[in-house]
Amino acid sequence: MNFKHKFVFLFPGLFVLIGILIFPIIFTIRLSLSGWNSYTPEMNFIGITNYIRLFTDDPRFWESFFRLSFLSVTTVVLQYIIGFALAMMVWRDIKFKRFFRVIFLIPMMTTPVIMTVIWRTFFHESLGPVNDLLGGLGVKPILWLSDPVIAKFTVIIVEVWQWTPFMFLLLLAGLLSLPKEPFLAAAIDGASPFRKFVYVTFPLMAPISIGAIIIRLIEASKIMDTVFVLTSGGPGTATETSSFYIYIKGLREFQMGYAATLSFTYLVIMIISLTIIAKVLTKLMIKE
Amino acid sequence: MTKLYTFLKYFFITFWTVFVVAPFLWAVSTSFKDFQSVNSKVTYIPWLDFEPTLEGWRVLIKSPAKGGVDIVEPYFNSIFVTCTASLISIVLGTLAAYALSRFTFKAGFVRNNDITFFFISQRIMPPIVLSIPFFIFLSTIGLLDSLLGLVVVYIVLLMPIAVWIMVDFFNRVPKELDETALIDGCNPYQAFYKVVLPNSIPGLIVAGMFCIIFGWIDFFFAFILTFTEVQLLPVKVVALNSSITPWWSLSASALVSVAPLIIVAFVVERYLSKGNLSGALK
Repeated sequence: MNFKHKFVFLFPGLFVLIGILIFPIIFTIRLSLSGWNSYTPEMNFIGITNYIRLFTDDPRFWESFFRLSFLSVTTVVLQYIIGFALAMMVWRDIKFKRFFRVIFLIPMMTTPVIMTVIWRTFFHESLGPVNDLLGGLGVKPILWLSDPVIAKFTVIIVEVWQWTPFMFLLLLAGLLSLPKEPFLAAAIDGASPFRKFVYVTFPLMAPISIGAIIIRLIEASKIMDTVFVLTSGGPGTATETSSFYIYIKGLREFQMGYAATLSFTYLVIMIISLTIIAKVLTKLMIKE
Repeated sequence: MTKLYTFLKYFFITFWTVFVVAPFLWAVSTSFKDFQSVNSKVTYIPWLDFEPTLEGWRVLIKSPAKGGVDIVEPYFNSIFVTCTASLISIVLGTLAAYALSRFTFKAGFVRNNDITFFFISQRIMPPIVLSIPFFIFLSTIGLLDSLLGLVVVYIVLLMPIAVWIMVDFFNRVPKELDETALIDGCNPYQAFYKVVLPNSIPGLIVAGMFCIIFGWIDFFFAFILTFTEVQLLPVKVVALNSSITPWWSLSASALVSVAPLIIVAFVVERYLSKGNLSGALK
């Protein structure tokens, strides 16, 4: 085909995206080298002072980062297991298959913050239904939102509710696109359902699984909305994630320069760790 | 063994269905309550546990001056921003995806896959990283707290999704289709517009739905980049949450805001069952 036409197709999208993004990224890097805060709101140059502060004197950021890693890995693993199980269950014929598929998809269509507002009333410690129903069974009221350890699990529950459907959707779409022959062969050999899953379904699904896990990890690494509404990072800093910490530094305390340092470091760490995870998963799950 | 498996399967499906539906049922029930039935003890079933009122629903359409919430304007703002940004993303994303799927690009070490990855990798960008420069940038050019500013930001969120879905989709549309069109005397644009595009309607619908979902559910950018002039739905509902917690109007407005996209679940399921999604989502 004629060569100049291909650029006509590609360039509008590419340049709009680059045009929108190039300024913020350069600006963030420049801002991270400045001491922009509410007292001196200007682009002065203070070198790498902010980076020194981050790497030597800010345990709160690193704590929030490890918390984020814990939360996102836990939620994605749970979502993968539950999503795969659900997809397997409604893959082949069961009664009301399409009804269940719709039900399982619904949470991802709902706005996370808005559902979290509902979840907050749901887990309310004295007026919410969860503690009330558990109370009926003789369980003492659980501090869903004000206990530092339990609050993390409340966040996990809400995240799993919200995003398991996405995992389910990707995995079910994958299952439905699998070729029929390997399953016929397994059936002829008389393989048990368990062996069929381990030797046929799972290996065939490996590339799709990796894709789904990576996509979900990318999205989960941005956990923010849920935390913001459910606990506001509390109690104390028990559920504070990196994004939320950067938000506090940047847009509540207006330490823009330092927040930009945090953002840039965070972005670099994210890109590196996601690349490593993608490589490791591919090694682990696709056996030659 | 088989019996146990079947039992576990239905147990798990039932459990998950209850888990999915529970917050919605609770919200529906709460939206008909009044102060008394929320704050005295936990109540569930209307008429049996408490006397239902329509107060929670009525305040939604009252003007703020009369103590109402007025979510009508945020509703239209949300629809406008989501649809505009989705439309632009789909148009630009589809064109780029077509180019990446049909032509070979080569510039230094950059290949087609790298360009595709560049598009998709924009999803990695945490919203907070973009929001600080955007905050300063938009306030400099006077687009802070405006619909147009939000549309620009949302394009960054949505175009990666459009490219991701459409590249995979075009890869499955046979190349012979465009080649035949070219032999028949179309120029590349006509081949794309008259032959490839009509054959890509399912892919476009799926990409469109995903753009609308991810545009509609975004909260963070709307929260940072708008204040009072322009409010989007999620921001409005969350703002209700911070006040004295009138749970009834909170639940009613939450239900109204999530309702339209639940229809999308049915459409997605339809495409899934017909097998049209399988290629598009890999």
